[in-house]
Order: sequence, then structure tokens, then C-alpha cells
Amino acid sequence: MKAITKQKIVFSILKVMSFMVIAILFLIIGFIFVKGIGVINWGFISKMPEEGMLKGGILPAIVGTLCLIGGSMLFAFPIGVFSGIYINEFLKDGPLKRFMRLMTDNLAGIPSIVFGLFGMALFVNKLKFGDSILAGSLTLGILALPVIIRTTEEALRSVDDLHRQASYALGASKLYTIKKVVLPIALPNIITGLILAIGRVSGETAPILFTVAAYFLPKLPHSLFEQAMALPYHLYVLATSGTDIEKAKPMAFGTALILITIVLICNLLANLIRAKFKKK
Amino acid sequence: MFKKLSQKIQVSILAICSLATSVTVILIIIFLFSEGISFLGMKPTEEGYVLAVNTKNNLSSISPELCKKVFDQEVDNWSQLGEKDMPIELVNSDQIATFYSEEAIGSEMEYLDTCYNDYVSKHEGAFAVMPKNYVTSKFKGRIVEVQENSIASLVTGREWFPTAKPIAQFGILPLLMGTLIVSLGAILIALPFGLACAIYMSEIAKKGRRKIMKPLVELLAGIPSVVYGFFGLIVIVPLIQKLFHLDVGETALAGSIILGIMALPTIITISEDALRNVPNAMREASLAMGATKWQTIYKVVIPYAISGITTAAVLGIGRAIGETMAVLMVTGNAANVTFNYLKPVRTIPATIAAELGEAPSGGIHFKALFALGCILFLITMSINLYVNFVSKRRGVK
Repeated sequence: MKAITKQKIVFSILKVMSFMVIAILFLIIGFIFVKGIGVINWGFISKMPEEGMLKGGILPAIVGTLCLIGGSMLFAFPIGVFSGIYINEFLKDGPLKRFMRLMTDNLAGIPSIVFGLFGMALFVNKLKFGDSILAGSLTLGILALPVIIRTTEEALRSVDDLHRQASYALGASKLYTIKKVVLPIALPNIITGLILAIGRVSGETAPILFTVAAYFLPKLPHSLFEQAMALPYHLYVLATSGTDIEKAKPMAFGTALILITIVLICNLLANLIRAKFKKK
Repeated sequence: MFKKLSQKIQVSILAICSLATSVTVILIIIFLFSEGISFLGMKPTEEGYVLAVNTKNNLSSISPELCKKVFDQEVDNWSQLGEKDMPIELVNSDQIATFYSEEAIGSEMEYLDTCYNDYVSKHEGAFAVMPKNYVTSKFKGRIVEVQENSIASLVTGREWFPTAKPIAQFGILPLLMGTLIVSLGAILIALPFGLACAIYMSEIAKKGRRKIMKPLVELLAGIPSVVYGFFGLIVIVPLIQKLFHLDVGETALAGSIILGIMALPTIITISEDALRNVPNAMREASLAMGATKWQTIYKVVIPYAISGITTAAVLGIGRAIGETMAVLMVTGNAANVTFNYLKPVRTIPATIAAELGEAPSGGIHFKALFALGCILFLITMSINLYVNFVSKRRGVK
């Protein structure tokens, strides 16, 4: 066979395979969208679950997830950004910097269920927070740390050194330069990290199983020390262990659609911000 | 002066924050391993119970696995335990009532201890499980020790049955096997597709098309695992059940397919990076010698990027091993030692997720699950360290 014919065949195979990968994405999202869109209405997102979670809405799960997002980011975002700033701007290249990056990579590689175990052992049992939004938020925050640190570091690295040098030349201190020159330039990309972290946190189930998630709790949380429902766990419950799994299917599709929508919006937003500030 | 101090404070705050990840990793190790290691050395006997035999019997200790076989009557002769050839006569709270009259036991079972004592002292083949407080100075039997949990018993035990009574079974072999075959299957599915996609994006596709595909691949990574699990449960599980005419569709294969899809983004992103890091001069040299584009990719670009591609595969496996929710939902969760992809299996993370809620805090089951967490942690940690080591040696990142 001629080399060029072979190439044509191989390339078409590769092309078909890659399109299949993308097709899977659209299949999953499309499937959930088509099956779930019929369930979504104002009542679904504004009502409490009723009749063994077969009717009504998923308001407490939505609120619970929002609380967890807020709580985890309140804690992880500043620490992550500060950490990224210190590692990238203050540490010299060397073993210490390498070690810190390695630790961040390691933390990112730890399976989410291990975070759940850890959160349970430390926050729920040792610090006696109990199953609470606080414990869940801290666990999820730790999980999100590496994402924020990495994107912050990347954002800072992409700031041209000329900016820093110009600022130093004007007599500004290092800290002042970072605050007034480097951070404003890097901010959009840092925000991208925040958004991606939110996307990640909103969908995680394993870490909240034993730290916050309530099977069924038809009221809104009033304090940090209360249990709460959460979207991903609610989906898990509806899909596997509800009172009537067949009848719960529409509710499950609706929940999955809401969850996927949050993640899609986060990803889209992150990409938009990235694209917009790349051009400038 | 004041300004300098405030600057110093601000920098120290940054420095402290930068320790967050290292401290967390250390804390995770401390908490995980302190619970997990205390599992070793505990005894898997039901709380408050002991095993007793006749004094003429030489048996002094027994492994949890053998013990369960005795109670399941798979082992029914003492010769199988290395003792004299005689049948094993099991005695537990159910059977003792059939051996003795209600009068002998007493209306409120106040003489139950005497009954046990009597039976064990008279029957040479007796094997009794009885409450600990029945063992007094008057007791004429001998206590048999159940061997403690050890790393060996953990790794070689073929049965995971933490709520078995009177002896719980903590063999992780089925869980380890389950995790491995599901992850292996996942990578076998994901690698060809992931690699094809990476090659297409980096070498063949036009720039515009690549720009569309990359965020889509990232989106695939962003879909929560519980949604994958749900999709698998609704679509893939019934499909497998129909295709292979099975009783249940929740199988290792379903887990592998879902995990394969979930591992795709990791494999694509990292191997695409590796391919794009190949210097253009290499490609141009090959093309200039008259090679076709495919020959160039196959003979020059891929060999050059092979360490990156390996890294991608290894990280993909790592992702698959640690994945919890999706696997929990589609693999059926039966602890089988099997290579059959059409059977239900149970993985380590799924076991933790499924059982931790029911395990009383601080108990042996609870600690066993933390021990599983330690194993999981060690596996993924070594994968990360290996990848770090390889990428540093090759100078690619």
C-alpha cells in the first residue's frame, strides 16, 4: 500500500476516534438535558422535597451546595492565592520551591474519598464540628486548594517581568509591586482558578458523604454547625437509594441537569475570561 | 520603621499560607495512618465474646479466616485444624438451647454459663463461642485466641465481610483485585481513544478545530463523577445487561467503561502536551527526508514524546483507582475475587464510601476502612511521586 493511502486511512481513523470522544460528551450532556428539562420549573428549584423526595423541589440541596461553595471558597481562595503568590514571587528556584510544588501536586492527586476520610477524622471527630456545613466546607476547601494555587502560580508566571522591573525602577517595594502591578494584571486568570474550583467543589460527592451531607432534610440551614443537603449527594440518593428508584428518576434527571448546568456555566465563564484577557 | 514591620508581617502571612498544602498532606498522613495502623493488632472477634475448646484440645490460636470456615461448617473436622481426627461440635447461643432443657438454662438464662461450662468440659470436640463474662475461675475449658489483624492477614485474606459474626473478615484481596481490574479495563478503553484524540488535536487538526476541541475535553473533566455514575446506571448498565444476557448489568465492565470515559481528559491533555513539546525541527527533518506526515508522527513524534504519553497513562490509572462515586454506582459492589469483567466487583474507594456511614466510629470496622484509605493513599502517592520523578528526569513538565 502506498504510504500516502495508509496515511489517509490512519488519519480518518484518528479523526473518527477523536470525534467519538467529543460525541460522548455531547451524548452525556444531551441525554441529561433532554430527560431533565421537562422537570425543571420554578417549583423544582424553589420548593422543598415532598412525598419521599418523589415530588416537590430540590431547594435545600441547591442552598446546601451554595453554602458549601461559599464556605469552601471563603477559606480556600485567600489561602490558595496567598500561597501561590509566595511560592511564585518570593521563593527562589531550589529544593524548597520544588518541594512545595510537589506537595501541591500530591494533594491534587489524593482521591476524593480520602479527603472524606480525613475530613471526618479531623473536622467531624477530632475538632468536634460534627456533621456540619463547616466540616464539609473545610474538607472541600482543602480539596480545592491545589486548583487555586496552580492557577494563581500560572497567572503570576504569565505576567511579564518587565512590569515588575519597571515598578522596581520607580522605587516601589516588592510587596507594593505585587499589590499594585502584578496582581491587577494576573487577576483575571486568578479568577479563572476560582471559578474552576467552584465547578469542582459543586460536583464533589465523596468528601461530603461523611462530613455534611444529609439524606433528607426539608429545611434550610441556619448555622454553620448544621447538616445540609447537597446537589451531588441528592442525585446519588435519588439514583441509588430512594424510596422508589423508578419513580424518582425524573427528579434525579432534574437534579443532574441543575448540577451539570452549574459546572457548564463555571467552565464557560472561565474560558470566556481566559479568552478575553489573552487578546489584550 | 512601622512600614517595614507591616511589610514583614504581610510577607510572613503569605509564607504561612504557602505551607497550607504541605501541612495538609502531613495532617492527612497523620490522621489516616493513626487510625489505619491501630487496626493492626486488633482482634476481629465480636466485642465481648471468646472462643473456647475442651482442655484436651491443643489448639491455642486460630486465624480469622479458618474460624469463619469452622462456623460456616466448611471445616468440620479437627484434623483440618491440625488436631485429632474428630468432628467439630459447634456451640453458640442458638445451639446451646437445643442441647439443654429450659430448666437447665433457667427462665432468665441465669445458668447459661454453667451449660457452656458443662458442654465444653464434657465434649472433646466442642468449639464454643460464648460471652466473655462466662469465663470465670470455675470454667473448665480453654480459651482459644483469635489471631490479630496483621498486614499479612489483610493482604492475603480472601474475604471481606466486616460485619460477619462472631469473627469479622478483613481480607482486602477481593477489593484490591476489583480496583485493579476495573482500572485496568478503564485504561485499556481510554488509552487508544485518548491517544487518538491527542494525536489528532496536536498533529492533524487545524488550529481552529483544536481551539474548539480543547475546552470540550476540559468540560469532560469537569462533569461531576456522580453524574457519570448516574449516566452509567441509566444507560450503560442496562445496555450491558441486554448485550450479554446477564441477570444484573452492574459489572466490572460497566465500571471500566465509565472510568475509561472519566480518564480520557487526563490522558488527552497530558499526552497532547507531550506531543506539542516535540520540537518542530524534528518533524521538519523527517518531512524533508520524504516521510509522510503519518510516518513522521509514528516514527519520530510519538517515540520522542513517549515518556509524556506514559505519564498520561499512569496518571489516568491513578485517577481511575481513586474514583469513588461513579464506581460505587455501577459496579454492583460484590466483593469477588475474579477476572471476569461480567461479574460485579467492589473497589477500595467504593467500599469506604459504602460502609463508613454504618461503621461505628472508633470500632474495628471503622479502623479497617481507614486502613483501606491508607492503602489507597499509598498507591496514589507513589503514582504521583513516580510521575514527578520521571518528568523531572526527562526535563518535561
